[in-house]
Parts: sequence; structure tokens; C-alpha cells
Amino acid sequence: MDPRKLIRMLNLGMDDQIRKSEWKWVCSMCQRCVLACPMKINIPALILNLRASVPRKKRPKGILGSCDQHIRTGSAMGAQKDDFTFTVEDVAEEIKEDHPGFEDMNVTIDRVGAQMVLNQNSREPVTEPEEMGPLWKILHMVGADWTYPTVMWGGENYCMFLADFEGWRYIMEEFVHHVDNNLKSPLVVNTE
Amino acid sequence: MRRFNIPHKFKLITIIELYAQWIREGKLKVNSDWNKDIGAKFTIQDPCNIARKSGSNKIVDELRFVIKTVVGEENFIDTVPNRENNYCCGGGGGALQAGFPDERRAYGRIKFNQIKATGANYVIAPCHNCHAQIEDIGHHYGGNYHVVHLWTIICLAMGVLAESERTYLGPDLAKVGL
Repeated sequence: MDPRKLIRMLNLGMDDQIRKSEWKWVCSMCQRCVLACPMKINIPALILNLRASVPRKKRPKGILGSCDQHIRTGSAMGAQKDDFTFTVEDVAEEIKEDHPGFEDMNVTIDRVGAQMVLNQNSREPVTEPEEMGPLWKILHMVGADWTYPTVMWGGENYCMFLADFEGWRYIMEEFVHHVDNNLKSPLVVNTE
Repeated sequence: MRRFNIPHKFKLITIIELYAQWIREGKLKVNSDWNKDIGAKFTIQDPCNIARKSGSNKIVDELRFVIKTVVGEENFIDTVPNRENNYCCGGGGGALQAGFPDERRAYGRIKFNQIKATGANYVIAPCHNCHAQIEDIGHHYGGNYHVVHLWTIICLAMGVLAESERTYLGPDLAKVGL
């Protein structure tokens, strides 16, 4: 299966076969087909709509689980705000104590008025917290004025992959509201 | 936010653009001296989100500027094709969790071969999906490369990377600057 076949099947009216095909979950929606297409057909948008045509409960468990966790806890990894706060403070404490030159490194959470809010993937604090340190060190060395948000703090969004438009929108709205109205920060920075 | 027309006051940028800006302003004091004698070779993965989907090559060009500054121009080997025309890692769009690992790895083989052709030991993949997928296909197809974050290499170059922060480095760089 490939994007050209999908378009041919659509042209031939093979809607049933397309709906049955699991390829909509294999496609990564990377848009390289759009770049190559002379008519710039938005195939990823078709894929997203195909995903949305599957009843929510029947969509892939892995993606569904991550989306549900994000709505419930604020991150796809399912870490609550308190777990996140504890991990960040714990790692920061260790760096301040053990890493020379970073004794006064400033790592804050939900600090109102910070110049930038960092949007970090929840994989780091949950599965490899030591990976946050190098980024904080860089921010410290350039004198950046930054903070982490605790509302919808996970930088990922599996509800988008799930084609759960309501969930996707809810995550975005909660995040935007928190940054604009609570933290009042002018800049949101996506990390690597 | 664009999709749902959610109004917002803040501006959204990537840390890569800031790294580049800080290097130009002299705030991020980093160079490639550490790699002069070692000569570790680096290549790149262009994540679709910051390449094609950002609407221009601006961010991925900044990414190249940062990498060349940190590892040395002679130690950076670009992929073919690259930037907005680069291949997908094969792990995005939820594919890592969608439950079709054979298909995911079959698409990933294109990425694996492309990385292998550069001969680089290190792949900088500034996206979590790409990072996880490229590690997975590396193990699956027997690649001998390491997938690293840019922040790891920047801190290594500045001499502030602690021993506990070197999970992704290979044995050739594991002790550098300690």
C-alpha cells in the first residue's frame, strides 16, 4: 500500500476496501507525498478523516490510551502534575548539589510572568529524567528566563494522532488558557 | 491552534531557533574544538514537523548551523535527500503506538539505509518520535550508530555534560571532557 494506491482506490470508488484497510494507522502523515504530488493533494488530511471514521473505541489501543491519559493527567505518559513537579525538583536538586557551576541554576514550575514556557515531551521526566539536565544547563548558561507549565504540560498530543478532534482541541485550549491567562508568558518554546 | 482557530497571545517557536540565535549573539559559547582530534561524524534527521510542516526550511537550516558549529563543519555529513525533501523516519503520526511494527520497520528501512550511507556514527534527531524510531530500526537492522539529542552534544562541547547524562553517547565519546 502507498499514497498513490489510496488515491486510485478513491477514484475507483473503492470506499469499502479503503475503510477496511488498516493502512490509515501505518501512514505517518509526514506529508512527503504532498511535496511530491503535482496537484498537492492533502493525503494526510484524508488519512486523518479515515481515522476519525472509525468508532473511537475501535481505534488502536496504544494511541487511544495515550490520548485518554493526556486528557486525564496532562501528559500522554500518564504522569500527574504532582509526579512531574516532584521529578523536576528532584533532578534539579541533584544537579545543584553535584554539578559544579550550577549551584544557582533556576528551575521553576508555573512561575507567573516568565519570558518563556517550555513545552517538553513527557517521555523525559517519566522514563529518562536525567535527559532534562543538559537542556536546563544550556538555559542557565544563556541566562534564559523560563518556566514549566503544569496544565497539559506534555509536549506531545496523541489525541491528534487518534483523530479525536474534541480531545485534541481540549488539550490545546487548556494549555493556551494556562499560558495566556495564568502564566502570562509571551513565548512558548518547543523542545527537541 | 490553527486547526481550531484557538486565539492565543503567546508566540510559539522551537528551541533550535533559540540555540542558533544564542550562538549568533555570543550568549551560547560553544565551538567544535573538542571534536578536532576525535573527528566523530554526525548526520541529521529532519523531523516532518519542523521541516515540511513548518512551511519552510528555516528551522532545519538553523538546525544545520547549530550542528556545524558544535561538531565542526568537516564532521557533519548531510543525508540525501535532506531538509523538506528528507524521508520520514517511519515512526510518526502515532505509528510507534499503532500496533503495526512490521510495517513501521519496513518504512523505516528507507531511513536506516539513508543513515547508513552517510557513514556517520551519530544521528541528531530533534523529535521524540524520530528519536525512538531511529533507535529501534538501528537495533532491528543492525546499525552501529547512536541517536543523540542536540542538548547532549552542546553540553559536551561546553564541558558541562555530567557522567549521568551520557546514556546516548557511544564509547568513543563517553569519557570526553570528564
